[in-house]
Amino acid sequence: MNISTVLTKRSVVGGLVILILLIIFITLPLYAPAYTVILLTAIFMYIVLTVSWALFSGPTGYMSLAPAAFFGVGIYTAAILGMKLPLIVVIVCGGFFSFFLALLVGALTLRLRGIYFAIFTFGLVMLIAYLLLFWELHVTGTRGRFVIAVGHNTVYYIMYGNLVILLIVAVFVRRSKFGLALRSIGENEDAAAHTGVNVTLVKIVTFAISAFFIGTAGAVMATRWTYIDPFIAFNPLFSFMPVLMAIFGGTGQLWGPIIGAAIFAYLEEFLITRFPYYYMLIFGIILVIAILYMPKGLVGLIQKWRKGGGVV
Amino acid sequence: MCNMHVLEGERVTRYFGGLAAVSNVDFYVDRGEIVGLIGPNGAGKTTLFNLISAAITLKSGVIRFKGEKISGLRPCRICKKGIARTFQSVKVFPGMSVLENVLLGSLFGAPAKLSRADARAEASSLLEFAGLSEMKTVPAGDLTLASQKRLEVARALATRPELLLLDELMAGLNPTEIAGAMELISKIRDRGVTVFMVEHVMRAMMCICGRIIVLHHGEKIAEGTPQEIAASKTVIDVYLGEQVYAGNQ
Amino acid sequence: MIMKIVDVLICGLLLGGIYALIAVGLSLQYGVARVLNISHGELIMLGAFGTWSLYTFFDINPLISLVICGPVLFLAGFALHKTLFKSLLKSSGSIGAFEGSSLLACFGLLFIIQNIAITSWGADIKGYSYLSVPVNLGGAIFAANRLVTLAFAVGIGITFYLFLARTRLGKAIRAAAQDPAAAGLMGVNINHVLALCFGFGALMAGFAGVLLSMCYPVKATMGLEYTIIAIIVVVLGGLGSIPGSFIGGFILGIIGSIVSYIEPSLSLAAYYIIFILLLLVKPTGIMGK
Ligand SMILES: Nc1ncnc2c1ncn2[C@@H]1O[C@H](COP(=O)(O)OP(=O)(O)OP(=O)(O)O)[C@@H](O)[C@H]1O
Ligand SMILES: [Mg+2]
Repeated sequence: MNISTVLTKRSVVGGLVILILLIIFITLPLYAPAYTVILLTAIFMYIVLTVSWALFSGPTGYMSLAPAAFFGVGIYTAAILGMKLPLIVVIVCGGFFSFFLALLVGALTLRLRGIYFAIFTFGLVMLIAYLLLFWELHVTGTRGRFVIAVGHNTVYYIMYGNLVILLIVAVFVRRSKFGLALRSIGENEDAAAHTGVNVTLVKIVTFAISAFFIGTAGAVMATRWTYIDPFIAFNPLFSFMPVLMAIFGGTGQLWGPIIGAAIFAYLEEFLITRFPYYYMLIFGIILVIAILYMPKGLVGLIQKWRKGGGVV
Repeated sequence: MCNMHVLEGERVTRYFGGLAAVSNVDFYVDRGEIVGLIGPNGAGKTTLFNLISAAITLKSGVIRFKGEKISGLRPCRICKKGIARTFQSVKVFPGMSVLENVLLGSLFGAPAKLSRADARAEASSLLEFAGLSEMKTVPAGDLTLASQKRLEVARALATRPELLLLDELMAGLNPTEIAGAMELISKIRDRGVTVFMVEHVMRAMMCICGRIIVLHHGEKIAEGTPQEIAASKTVIDVYLGEQVYAGNQ
Repeated sequence: MIMKIVDVLICGLLLGGIYALIAVGLSLQYGVARVLNISHGELIMLGAFGTWSLYTFFDINPLISLVICGPVLFLAGFALHKTLFKSLLKSSGSIGAFEGSSLLACFGLLFIIQNIAITSWGADIKGYSYLSVPVNLGGAIFAANRLVTLAFAVGIGITFYLFLARTRLGKAIRAAAQDPAAAGLMGVNINHVLALCFGFGALMAGFAGVLLSMCYPVKATMGLEYTIIAIIVVVLGGLGSIPGSFIGGFILGIIGSIVSYIEPSLSLAAYYIIFILLLLVKPTGIMGK
């Protein structure tokens, strides 16, 4: 009785907070300076990458280093189609190309377990980058491309919309029986298969959904960067960052990756232009410390702290 | 068809490298039976279960379930068709609650689609059946071995199987727990589920099995009622002798 | 034409020797200590920068640097395992969990080492000239330093192989690679052996870095490329197999030099294609079980 009233109170408060945040972020460009809008766009982008990564890799335990590949596909889609089609169509295309790439990659590789899957996906990023470079050098005879620039409020709203849709999908997956199946795969894939879960299908579909959102994020960001080349688009950092941010935040709860991404994106914005090498250095140190001392991330730390408080 | 078996295998064979883990084994299980599968360590018992449940692929021979060929299907299809299993080395989902472990079976393994509420109700009643209802919210990894084995049974039953494969349900349990497991198995049979089980605890096998199949070096060397098996010279030579001896220690 | 083929093949062998040496180190670290050391290349880079600094500032012969940089990196690797990886091993529930978390920790090390190097040596390319006199090898011309490199790489590889095959410690390492639990039972101090293995991996990286710096330019960001090559070679040759690493290294070196001859910009892409095909077809490698 008591517990249920507490729970409903909590969920009402939670609902209110979410509503207020939604409204603040929708109206933000009306009164905030352009700088804030641009900063928030970057933060949203990292949240999209991280939550997408955690959507698949969190519960299943398959450590994907493919985000940079999907992100790059989104970027190149925007670069190639940007002049010919309306922006929204371009962005959705970016998502779908990533989605299909993920279906293909997933069908080929999701039977690789553990570390092999991680290095395979990483190899994929680099392979695409080198092949694209070759293509540009020898077939089209160009190096890099220009992307038509779009106003930063537009970029902001599209990224925001992308994020909101992703979060709805992520909440849905976590709560549905699909989410239960994903977790069971991470816990014991064999047992899941023998309990009737079509493990291959569940893995591939989730992998592809997560790729879709990473692809759309890439397509949106491309319009902000104006110039891209294979190594800007397929930068392996876009694979490492989401992993770090998710691990740092903790994948046990949905808000873990969100908080992790927000903190790092904010840090990056401040440090990367002034002290790029120190930023990367700090990044590495935090990664090692996080893995050593908070293997379940901020989420785990807070839960532990709460539990400890309850007992005392 | 009057003599259709629930499960039957013909010339079932599986090699690992040069080793014939299961070779040319013919077997059948009839509806409502409890059939035992025994044999010394490494005889190929688990491998046979793995072949039936498609954990590993069958290279030659054929396995039929209710007259329909099932070899070549994927594990989840086999489960949906009505064959559930437990594992010799327990494979629960350690980080998920006991209820969630069973719920997964109801939601994904049952041939018919269940609503979430129905699945939850069924999972709860199965936990009661397995004597685990007190631990619903406990992470499965925190249970004792005996409870984890019961959980595996409940999870398997949640998929509404017609045939249940039990791989050494009693291994590692103490005498009280073994008695509990035997009772559980008879209760399962009373629910109308056919049981095919591997066990090293001979006394238990003699009590509850209607028929016993003996494997040795991957080959079927004997088959019959417990009394026939206990009296068989070949079986005593390769297997029972050392078991009885080990059991008396 | 024949001349050209011989030329390309010898080039491939020269390249392959270095690749093999890099891979032996990684193979040891992953095959025995179960750490997929993605920062392996950074240790190579440290070896190379160390050699460059010693040569440029103190006029120390690069071959002497072998016995300076190697041991220093060995100690660094040993200490790293005794602290970081040991506690990760303790806190991980399973070997799979340890592989995942140690891989991430290595990513952290990669960023740390690389950026310390950039802040102390700068981000630009460095190089020095040592033994760059041309040598005529059956008509083809090669720089002497490349031949010295190959000779040392092969020499180090064979020495290490003999060490593993013949000595007590070597046997303990192989026992640990086969079955850590059993090795522990047989009285091998498993933690110590794992740390030694990690140290030896770092030692190999250091040697490779020293040798590389004699023929190729040195750069703070050069590490990742070598790490990836090492991973490919290790997967190609089979984890934990030293002969496998050598065969894999020479195969990759020759393929690399053939592809470079046809189209230089595709050599890395070719490596990835080999790698991806290999993972799909035979993830245990050519010498794997
Ligand atoms: N995946 C595998 N790869 C290689 N060999 C295997 C594999 N699985 C089983 N074997 C071998 O096949 C033989 C039969 O093994 P199996 O596990 O079926 O025996 P078992 O009768 O269940 O024995 P136990 O009573 O010890 O459980 C053994 O020699 C085993 O080593
Ligand atoms: Mg067995």
